Amino acid sequence: MNPIKSLIREMADKRGRSRENLLPIMQAVVEREKYLSEYSMIEIAKQFDIPAAEVYGTATFYSFIETRPAGQYIIRICKTITCAMKGKNQILFAIQDMLKVKLGETTPDRKFTLLETNCLGWCHKAPAMMVNNEVYTELTPEKVRDILTGYMKINDQNLN
Amino acid sequence: MAISHQLKRVDFIFSNENDWEKVLSATIKKKPADLINELISSELKGRGGAGFPTGLKWKLAAEAKEDAKYIICNADEGEPGTFKDREILSKVPYKVLTAMAVCGYITGAKEGIIYLRGEYKFLQAELNKAIEEFHYYCKEIKFDFRISIFMGSGAYICGEETALMESMEGKRGEPRNKPPFPTQRGYKNMPTVINNVETLVHTFTIFKYGAKKFYDLGVQYSRGTKLFSVSGDTPKPGIYELELGMSLQDFVYEFGDGDTKAVQVGGASGFLVPRKKFKDAAIGFKGKLVGISLPTGGSMMLFNSSRSMYNVLDNYLEFFREESCGQCTPCRVGCQQLLLGIKAVKRGEKPAAYLDKLLRLTETMQLTAKCGLGQSVANSFSSIVENFQEEMIY
Repeated sequence: MNPIKSLIREMADKRGRSRENLLPIMQAVVEREKYLSEYSMIEIAKQFDIPAAEVYGTATFYSFIETRPAGQYIIRICKTITCAMKGKNQILFAIQDMLKVKLGETTPDRKFTLLETNCLGWCHKAPAMMVNNEVYTELTPEKVRDILTGYMKINDQNLN
Repeated sequence: MAISHQLKRVDFIFSNENDWEKVLSATIKKKPADLINELISSELKGRGGAGFPTGLKWKLAAEAKEDAKYIICNADEGEPGTFKDREILSKVPYKVLTAMAVCGYITGAKEGIIYLRGEYKFLQAELNKAIEEFHYYCKEIKFDFRISIFMGSGAYICGEETALMESMEGKRGEPRNKPPFPTQRGYKNMPTVINNVETLVHTFTIFKYGAKKFYDLGVQYSRGTKLFSVSGDTPKPGIYELELGMSLQDFVYEFGDGDTKAVQVGGASGFLVPRKKFKDAAIGFKGKLVGISLPTGGSMMLFNSSRSMYNVLDNYLEFFREESCGQCTPCRVGCQQLLLGIKAVKRGEKPAAYLDKLLRLTETMQLTAKCGLGQSVANSFSSIVENFQEEMIY
């Protein structure tokens, strides 16, 4: 069976098929695949016995539920006021320059997706960003280059 | 409200939590009605920003006649400039869990849920460990209360209590109409107490020391202490527990960099106070006495004279435009138009008088938007545009 299909079934069996379990299952799929594909949405809809449009409607409401293919590491840079004041743009330029992608894009090797996000709650240590669930604060262009170099070195096979 | 002319640091919230087991077992031996009275007499008000009396909320839920009830801890801390709840959950999680359980005891709920924002997912594992140990102790003292974590997925609006419950029910996080209030019909249509993380910790303090110790701090209408998240142009950004009622002047004296031009109190949905009004402004809930009172969830952002207030407002409006759930027209279209409007004025495509039209639009939003998000855009918009008009135009 398709691994995502079995993940969805497993989760639905474990947690139950009532609507309160919808977001947790979508989160689990995104954790695994980095985004929620049309296939996954339809599969979830079947399991919950609700229209796929309902799943789509819920999914697209949440900024952490990506519905477009994304890279292995999703970089989210905080763009809210304090981070903006403390040099968020310099961080953004440094990353764009290093990865050769623009905001919203994914590197051709599908390793990184570059996004902006609203307040991450690290205003006292601005500027801040997240890489998947990991938080990095008090960033400088040098620091962010080191962090990304670290991610680049991680062997893909170790992660799959 | 009265203004207290000193800045008093207090250390209740992050103080020792090792006695949580004692506090829990002692508290659930008391009568629920007595505990509610204790809470009411402390005059604790919600610390998420709205300031609803906590004792009354618990009382309403206790009076509701349903078998299933829920206690929700709102940890969807998304207001720009706020980061205190994360600190509470990582430093004193047992206080929060104990408070939820006591609330369950008082109201008759057997289940508690922590709604944790997606941005704080890294806290989940540690928090789950604490919950496990907490359950173990509850079992030991034969007290029936279960707590779980529900993860959010990146939506500011889910901090609004009814949107949060929609989200937990697997739907888009769109606020509901009120009434019915959550204490009548909340999560899964059952009576629900939903409190901010910090509010719950204050109830722990109150149950541990009694209401008086809490009530004696602060000023009339604004009792007790509050955690402040301090950021922006300050030499000492961070989290501070201070007595409520202090004047903004004293705050700036303590936290400013000597060049403070304005302070945003209460995050993007709060008010911007310019330097000339520092001395008249006090931090606390609205009362009958003199001066401007500024309720806040604890977000304090300082701006010095190098900052353009146009850029600040532009940043806020972009935030609101993106985070508006889009359900009601005044907020959805209003946020978009305000942002387009200030840009047009700045570029000279619209006359300066157009700002007045935009101010009237925010009044409409305040009156007609469905929830606090759309209603409160007017706060920062009018306080910035009226006090820094020049910067908006040229």
